[in-house]
Amino acid sequence: MTALPHPQLGARPGPADFRPAEPGTELTGSQLIWETLVAEGVDVVFGYPGGAIMPAYDAMPGYPIRHVLVRHEQGAAHMADGYARASGRVGVAIATSGPGATNLVTGIANAMLDSIPTVFITGQVSSPLLGSDAFQETDIAGITLPITKHNYLVTRAEDIAPTLHEAFFIAASGRPGPVLVDITKDAQQHRAAWAPPQGEPRRRGYRPDLRAREDELDRAAAMIDAADRPVIFCGHGIVKAEASALLRELVERTGIPVASTLLGLGGFPATHPQSLGMMGMHGEAWVNTSIQEADLLIALGMRFDDRVTGHLEKYAPHARKIHVDIDPSEIHKNVRVDLPILDDVARVLTKLTPRLRRRDRPAWDARIAELRGDSAVRDIVNLPDDGHLYAAHVMLDLWRLTEGKALIVTDVGQHQMWEAQYYKHDHPRRLITSGGLGTMGFALPAAIGARLACPDDEIWVIAGDGGFQMTACELSTLAQEDLKVNVAIINNGYLGMVRQWQQFFYQGRYVATPMRSPDFVKLAEAHGLAGVRVTRRDEIEAAVATARGVPGTVVVDFRVEQEDAVYPMVPSGADLRDMIRRPQPSPIVETPEDP
Amino acid sequence: MSPLLAAAAPRPRTPRTLVAHVEDRPGVLARVVTLFRRRGYNIVSLTVARTHLAGISRLTVVVDADDDTARRLEANLYKLIDVVAVDDVTASPAVIHELALVKVRASPRERTDVIELGKVFGARVVDVGHQTLTVELTATRDAVDRLIAALEPHGIVDLVRTGAVAMARGDAPPASADPNPYAHHQPQPDGVDDPDGAADDLD
Ligand SMILES: Cc1ncc(C[n+]2csc(CCOP(=O)(O)OP(=O)(O)O)c2C)c(N)n1
Ligand SMILES: [Mg+2]
Repeated sequence: MTALPHPQLGARPGPADFRPAEPGTELTGSQLIWETLVAEGVDVVFGYPGGAIMPAYDAMPGYPIRHVLVRHEQGAAHMADGYARASGRVGVAIATSGPGATNLVTGIANAMLDSIPTVFITGQVSSPLLGSDAFQETDIAGITLPITKHNYLVTRAEDIAPTLHEAFFIAASGRPGPVLVDITKDAQQHRAAWAPPQGEPRRRGYRPDLRAREDELDRAAAMIDAADRPVIFCGHGIVKAEASALLRELVERTGIPVASTLLGLGGFPATHPQSLGMMGMHGEAWVNTSIQEADLLIALGMRFDDRVTGHLEKYAPHARKIHVDIDPSEIHKNVRVDLPILDDVARVLTKLTPRLRRRDRPAWDARIAELRGDSAVRDIVNLPDDGHLYAAHVMLDLWRLTEGKALIVTDVGQHQMWEAQYYKHDHPRRLITSGGLGTMGFALPAAIGARLACPDDEIWVIAGDGGFQMTACELSTLAQEDLKVNVAIINNGYLGMVRQWQQFFYQGRYVATPMRSPDFVKLAEAHGLAGVRVTRRDEIEAAVATARGVPGTVVVDFRVEQEDAVYPMVPSGADLRDMIRRPQPSPIVETPEDP
Repeated sequence: MSPLLAAAAPRPRTPRTLVAHVEDRPGVLARVVTLFRRRGYNIVSLTVARTHLAGISRLTVVVDADDDTARRLEANLYKLIDVVAVDDVTASPAVIHELALVKVRASPRERTDVIELGKVFGARVVDVGHQTLTVELTATRDAVDRLIAALEPHGIVDLVRTGAVAMARGDAPPASADPNPYAHHQPQPDGVDDPDGAADDLD
C-alpha cells in the first residue's frame, strides 16, 4: 500500500524551495507556529487534528515539514520520543485540545522519565472560553505540570514564536525533557509580525550550563587512581552527551570495567573486553556482585534508580561514589555520594581522562573473571532443542543475523529484558526502550519515529503480545505512510513479566495474565502488510531473511515458550546479591565464548 | 513501602524555612505547590509577593521536613524554570517573622486589660469595635503563639496569620544576586558541606 495522495493540496514544498517569511511580515499565529518550527530545524511532526488545532493544520501545507498522521495521540508522543532518541534532535508532536491533549499524557510522562527532548504542541479553546468548561477544554498545562520539564499556555499570536523558541531550547539543553506549548485557537487565528527568534533565550532561573570545578576533577582523579576495585557506570547521560568515544578512551587508559544501565546500553560497546553488561534487577550475577564488592563507583549520567540499586542500605556497601550528572537534583537523591560533579559528562570526561594513569589491578580483574564463570545467559543459550522456541533464541539469532547493527526498539516486559541480555549493542542510539516509565505500547510508535530519524537503518521492533496490542493501531500509520520496520512479536500468550512475578511472589496464581491475541499474521495482512509465523528455532533464520527482504513493514509472530522467566532476578528492594536463579538442574554446557 | 521511603521515615522532621526568588509569571505558584504535594509534604505556611526587583516575586515557605527531604525540595525547586534562586535559611541567622491580626472579645470594661496584655508582646491595637478589639503583632512564630495563648481566655472572635517571611541577617545579598546560585548547592569536597556527617558512614 502506498501513501494516499492529497490531490487537493498539491505537493508541500521541499526544504530547497521554501522561502522563510521576511522579518516584519504580518502572519497568522498558525503560520508563526510553522515558521518557527522550520527555523528550529524541524523536518517532521507527528500528530492528529481536531477543532482547536485546525487553524494550525490549515496553514501546514505551505511548509517543508512532513506530517505523520497517527492513529492515537499516544502514538504521536512516542513517535516524537523515538525520533528524538534515534537522532539526538528534538521530536515534535501536535494534537488538539481536550481528548487529543490528554491522549498525549502517557507519552509525555514517558519522555519526562527518560529525559527525552520533545516539544508537544496542543490546540486550546479560544482564550475568552478558558475556564468555562467549553467543548473539549481541558487544562492540559495543569495536567502536565509534574510530567513536563516546563510548559506554557499561549493566548496571543505575538507570543507564539518566542515561546516555541524557548520551548525548543529548554527541551534540548541541560537535562533534556518534554516541553508542552498549549496555544489557544484565537492565538492561532490572530496576526502578529514575524520576528525570527535568535540566540539562546535567557531565563534568569534556568542555567543548563553547569561546570565542574578543577579541584573536583583533581579529586576524582585521585580517588580513581587510589581505587583497587573500581567500576564505571555507563548511564543514559553517556548516550545523550554523545560521550561514548570519550568513555572508551577513559576505559582504555585505565582498564576499569564498565557496567551499564538499561538506557546506557550501547553507550559502551557490549563486546568490549572491559564491558560487564547490564546492572540491576535483571543484570547478570557477575555485574551486580562486582558492584557489591567494588571500592569505587564512578557513575556517569545515571540516577541510581531503584531498579538498579535494590536495597539502598545494602547497596555497594564498600564503595566510595563519584557521581557525574547534569542535574543537581539527582545528587544524593537516592544514594549518598562522596564526590558529586555537576557538568555535562562529555566535558567531564574530556578533562578527567588526561588526569588519570594506567594502573593494573590484577586481583580485581581476576575476581571479575571468576565471577563471569557463572552466567544465566549461557544457561539458556545451551538449553537443548526440546521443540520449544525460547525468546532468548530469537534475540540471539537476531543479533547474529543483523550482525549487531540493527536499531532495536523494545516494548516493556520479559522480552525487553531478554533483548537487553542477549542483543549486544556496540553503538549508542541503537537500543530504544522505555526505561523510567516502563510504558507498554511504546515500541511500535517509537520505531516509527526512529524510522523518520534514520531512513536508511535496519529497524526491528521487539514487542510482547500484550504491549503490541496497546498501540497496534499504528500498523495502519506505517501502511499509510509507506514506512518499513520489522516487527518481532514475542508471543508467549501471557503478560509475561507480570506472570513471572505471580510465579515468584504470588504462589503461581496467574490472575489476569493469560492473554488471547488475534492472529498477528492476518492482522498484518489486513493492513496490507506482510506477516510470518515462527514456531521452531530452525525457522528463525528464514523468517528474518523474509522480513529483511520485503520492502514494506513485516510482522513476525514468534510463538515462544509460554512460561519462561527472566533470570537472574533481584526481587524488588532486595540486596543485589540475593538473586533468583534459573532452577537447577539446568543443562549447563560450557561453551568457548559468550554469545 | 519503597525502601527509599522506609529509610527516610524515621528521620526527625523539623520546620524548615525556604526562601525562593521566582519569576513573576502566571502559574508559578502552582508549580511550586505541585512539588510539595507530590511527596505529600504539609506546607506549614507559604507567602508570596512581588519584590523591588522587576519581574521577581519572593516566596517564603515553611515545611516540616527532615534534612534529606529539605535538600531534595531545594534541588527540585531549582529545577523549576521559573525559580531563580533558593535559600534554606533554617540554620543560618535570619529574621523569620509573621504577622497576626487577632480580634478579641473585649467589652469597654475589659479594653485596658487587653491593651496592656498586647503591649507586653509589642502588639498594637488596629481596630476598636463595640465588643471587640483587633490587635496586630509582627514577630516570630513563637511570640505570635504566646500572644494568642494569652488572649485566648478573653475569647478570640477572628484570627489571621500570614505565615513566616524570612530574610538573612547581615550584609550578604540574597542568592538571587549570585550569578551562579548553584555553587552554594554543590556539596564541598571532604564533607565540608556535610554537617550531619552522613558521608562518613559510607566508608
Ligand atoms: C501501560 C502499562 N500497563 C501495565 C504495565 C505493567 N506491565 C509490565 S510488563 C507487563 C506484561 C507485558 O506483557 P507482554 O507485552 O506480553 O510482554 P512479555 O512480558 O510477555 O514479554 C505488564 C502488564 C506496564 N508496564 N505498562
Ligand atoms: Mg507476552
